[in-house]
Amino acid sequence: MTPPLLTITDVAVELPTPRGILRAVDDVDLSLQAGRTLGIVGESGCGKTMLSRAILQLLPKKAKLSGRVMFDGQDLVQLAPESLRRLRARDLAVVFQDPMTSLNPVLTIGTQLMETLQEHLELDTPAARKRSIELLAAVGIPAPEQRLAQYPHQCSGGMRQRIAIAIALSCEPKLLIADEPTTALDVTIQAQILDLLAREQRRRHMAMIIITHDLGVVAGRADEVAVMYAGRVVERAPTPMLFKRMHMPYTEALLAAIPKLETAPHTPLPAISGRPPDPTRPLKGCSFAPRCRYATSRCREAKPELTSAEMADHLYACFHPIKMAEGIGA
Amino acid sequence: MLNFVARRLLAILPVLLAVSLLTFLIASLLPGDLAMVILGDQATPENVAALRHDMGLDQPLWWRYLSWLGHVLQGDLGRSFRTGQTVLQAVGERIPVSLELMLMAEFIGLLIGVPLAIACAARAGGAFDRFMTGSAFAMLSMPSFLLAILLIYLFAVELHWLPATGYVPFTEEPLANLRFFVLPALTLALAEWPGIMRVLRSDMIATLQEDYIALAKAKGLKPSRILFVHALKPSSLTLVTVTGINIGRLLGGTLIVESIFALPGIGRLLVGAIYTRDLVILQGVVLLVACGFVIVNFIVDMLYAVLDPRIRHGHA
Repeated sequence: MTPPLLTITDVAVELPTPRGILRAVDDVDLSLQAGRTLGIVGESGCGKTMLSRAILQLLPKKAKLSGRVMFDGQDLVQLAPESLRRLRARDLAVVFQDPMTSLNPVLTIGTQLMETLQEHLELDTPAARKRSIELLAAVGIPAPEQRLAQYPHQCSGGMRQRIAIAIALSCEPKLLIADEPTTALDVTIQAQILDLLAREQRRRHMAMIIITHDLGVVAGRADEVAVMYAGRVVERAPTPMLFKRMHMPYTEALLAAIPKLETAPHTPLPAISGRPPDPTRPLKGCSFAPRCRYATSRCREAKPELTSAEMADHLYACFHPIKMAEGIGA
Repeated sequence: MLNFVARRLLAILPVLLAVSLLTFLIASLLPGDLAMVILGDQATPENVAALRHDMGLDQPLWWRYLSWLGHVLQGDLGRSFRTGQTVLQAVGERIPVSLELMLMAEFIGLLIGVPLAIACAARAGGAFDRFMTGSAFAMLSMPSFLLAILLIYLFAVELHWLPATGYVPFTEEPLANLRFFVLPALTLALAEWPGIMRVLRSDMIATLQEDYIALAKAKGLKPSRILFVHALKPSSLTLVTVTGINIGRLLGGTLIVESIFALPGIGRLLVGAIYTRDLVILQGVVLLVACGFVIVNFIVDMLYAVLDPRIRHGHA
């Protein structure tokens, strides 16, 4: 098997806050093969966005990053700023959550597309213009030529996210990180954007990381899913395996919290009670123990490691993994 | 865009009318009768009454305002009773001095303030940023007459590089003219740059936190392009406002600097008119300066639209 495109080892991110050091990402290991899709799922504040920023080397200045981010044979953490800059867009691209704020309001769409092409692909202006029009057409924007002269505020939210995707795809990256790409959009647009990302990924044989709080988003689209809780990966498995038999009580609770069509109206949603632990005050035991209905004294005393039992590629961090029979119905 | 310009132009008219009314009232309601001032202490009441009648001062206030406004609209702002000069002549003589001083001062102020602001914002909280923020504060608290004297001492008395005081028109001796303007412009600029720097610095710091700056970095653009293209333009709205206000203020003359450096600018014309109770000159000059201010602000509004397309399209 070829070496993975991305391997991150022992990645931790610490942020200084007035209340103490916040360990936003806590020793995460992940890897991703070229052309594959990894879904990272977790509730707000679980560290998934910080993890994506750590991979992209776009953490806030005050944040402390440790560990290794091996991408295409190079450790991005150690890479000189200029080498890192040359690698961006060509190899490593990103789509942010909110298309209302991720495009520059005072530059035309054409400028924002063409500057990336001209910076990395050494195209002259007419060539960059032609390529920009092709890109906008590829992401499903009608009348792309007229759009070039327009500003972001003249486009709808879904349109803007398509433009952001066109920018991300412009230099044919090997890896695209989509950080909650549909959270800020209308429900009707969400599926279109996800399908667009999946289609372009297959066409370009590009690896992709989709970050989301919605297990439903990764269900049919990711090859592998990593579930994060309180800065750690608590369960990781190929997608079909994860949905067939999840081991981690948190994953189960996350899935149970998705509203289902067949549920009778006015049935209370089985929300996860309690709140995630305060990341500035780490717990001694399993960080999900206070909210977990299977927790025992052992869970409060020691932290379970991310291990696998019967299946080598199904990892989970739990002393009391859920057995098949008790499965999803929770 | 044309629609936007037309709307702004229309909004100016009532402002100008209010300005003219205020200027007229200031001059008319000042204590002291113009006829008495002209005729002096020895005048008989009959002479004063006769002159008042000739000048229309016995008419009601609203009638005098309307007739003055009528003349102003035809380009006749009146004539000094002392020198016989018309207001336009007097201002025409002085405005090149004030304009040149203003342009040089703003140019130097921006030349110092803008790069410093960008450098500070790029490494906000760093040693350079803290040092410059402190220096700017120290500079702001220094009065201009003190700066002027220090500059004269250093560059004119000690180093003999530049003349201390004086003026020749640009059309006669361009180089000497510029040399005369360096020190007064520098004095004003040294008071201008701290404000320019602080405003732009804080706006830049806020802009650099934006998602679109993170995306610009993720696109692998050069740091200089991120700072100058992606961050500077959306950060410069307050800077443009502050510069507009500065320009307007400097247009109205800078009495202290003009006095110290013996420059015949608008400031000294105005104060002279006040001392000699030359009310025609006073109200004419105040009106012209106020109009200048309104025009500068109109240009500032236009610049907003150039800088931010959302304003141009009426979205913000």
